[in-house]
Amino acid sequence: MERRTIFPGTAFPIFLVLPQLLLTVVFFLWPAGQAIWSSMTRADPFGIRTQFVGWENFQDLFTDPLYMDSIGRTVVFCTSVATLSMGVALLLAVCADREIRGRGWYRIMLIWPYAVAPAVAAVLWILLLHPQIGLVGRALNRHGVAWDYKLNSTQAMAVVIGASAWKQVSYNFIFFLAGLQSVPKAVIEAARMDGAKGWFRFRTVVLPLLMPTVFFLIVVNFVYAAFDTFGTIQALTQGGPGKSTETLVVKVFRDGLINLDVGGSSAQSVVLMFGVIMLTALQFRFLGKKSDE
Amino acid sequence: MRNRVDWPAHVVLVLGVALFVLPLWLVFAGSTQDPAAIARGELSLIPRLEGFGVFASILRDGSPGTGPVWRMLLVSGAMAVSIAFGKIVISILSAYAVTFFRFPFRKAAFWTIFITLMLPIEVRIVPTYEVMSDLHLINTFPGLTIPLIASATATLLFRQTFLVIPDELVEAARIDGAGPWRFLKDILIPVSSSNLAALFVILFVYGWNQYLWPLLVATTPQLDTIVIGIVKMIGTETQTEWNRVMATALLAMLPPVAVVILMQRWFVRGLTDGEK
Repeated sequence: MERRTIFPGTAFPIFLVLPQLLLTVVFFLWPAGQAIWSSMTRADPFGIRTQFVGWENFQDLFTDPLYMDSIGRTVVFCTSVATLSMGVALLLAVCADREIRGRGWYRIMLIWPYAVAPAVAAVLWILLLHPQIGLVGRALNRHGVAWDYKLNSTQAMAVVIGASAWKQVSYNFIFFLAGLQSVPKAVIEAARMDGAKGWFRFRTVVLPLLMPTVFFLIVVNFVYAAFDTFGTIQALTQGGPGKSTETLVVKVFRDGLINLDVGGSSAQSVVLMFGVIMLTALQFRFLGKKSDE
Repeated sequence: MRNRVDWPAHVVLVLGVALFVLPLWLVFAGSTQDPAAIARGELSLIPRLEGFGVFASILRDGSPGTGPVWRMLLVSGAMAVSIAFGKIVISILSAYAVTFFRFPFRKAAFWTIFITLMLPIEVRIVPTYEVMSDLHLINTFPGLTIPLIASATATLLFRQTFLVIPDELVEAARIDGAGPWRFLKDILIPVSSSNLAALFVILFVYGWNQYLWPLLVATTPQLDTIVIGIVKMIGTETQTEWNRVMATALLAMLPPVAVVILMQRWFVRGLTDGEK
């Protein structure tokens, strides 16, 4: 889509677009280019010379069982976070969309966690689940469940999934509610008159109309779970115990900035970039469909 | 309509609200407790009146291993506001340029900006860090903010808004003798003010909640944001003073949550209109 009415001039618009272009080149394209370049080089053990090695870093990466584990772990993590937070959010949105008393109040109470930082959400969860001081954690231990997410990898994974999903419910709730409100009342009324009730009406009438929102949120939730949860994981488990909560972003951070393996970490960055590009492309396909309607 | 109370919906919503409010209350109550009692596992749900002094104390002195909380709040606030304003300004300008003008390489410029959508900071951690150190921006306030200012989302949102401005409005402004600068300042910006408000909320929250970038680029305690500060506090787990951690967590949540609640109406619409 283009505008028909435009202003004349060349220097002025270039001047306007320049600040953003400059930032983009310096902080996005240059580093991205560097990532691609250093993903194809390798430093000698003393860090004196670097040489071009082509695809070797990538070959190493994809034959490294630790990396493949991390991919698998990230997929499990993202799927769980997306399913959990979208499921809860949809349930809440369906209820908040009904004509009930105090719905404005309910909405505010369900929207505010959007503003909580992932790392701060982790603190809230520590208070609940910490084996010694957490309310729930202590209760579990008292009742014979050996609960310590700092030692048990399954528990650690459950905790980071829970905390990450918790924080994302608000975002999904906002979108589901907007989606539900855009379902024409006439359609619901018609279904009601035809005798479609409760769950059946929701599944056959509302849900299909909500599908664009669902697809959009799946992509957004995957991106969130893959990238924005670094703070949550770092605050709760630092990727541990062992590597049991080390998602791809945590691994890039550990390998690049703690273990100082620049080539390997750059190769991981390039893989992640590829992943984001795929997800963004998907997102725009769904968005495109949505705006055609 | 039916007049009876919709109990199932109320039950689900109350449970949902409890899911969010209970941890919050726990943090609030916990912040006023005696740290030794918390460490023993005696976290009570009833706030202790004499414990409120902890807020003054952390604001002034912080916690072992961190600076005073007032400074961390200040750094976070300055960072969030700079990022929000910076993004809004450069995005309005560039969206204005690509929608209302024709200039050489316009498409190329747009696509270059668009690409940044696909490169979140998390995927270019190491190389961006190197660029920052080449530019001597490590441990500086500009280093903390500028790289986060460039992003395509705001530009795309403004472009969307600008594309549907009626041609008649532009023509009328031109006939009345408004130049491009005047048009932007007196017509376009006021017309998109609700978008501006929504975007401000989203970007403020985004800036306030950053964790990975400040962790990398600002290692000096003077530039610790409140989010960094909290993770530092719980990092030293053997001697964590949990009441201080909780009080800090509460203060860290307050500004962004207040912004979201106060500007709820614009924020919700802006978020769902602009998709992110």
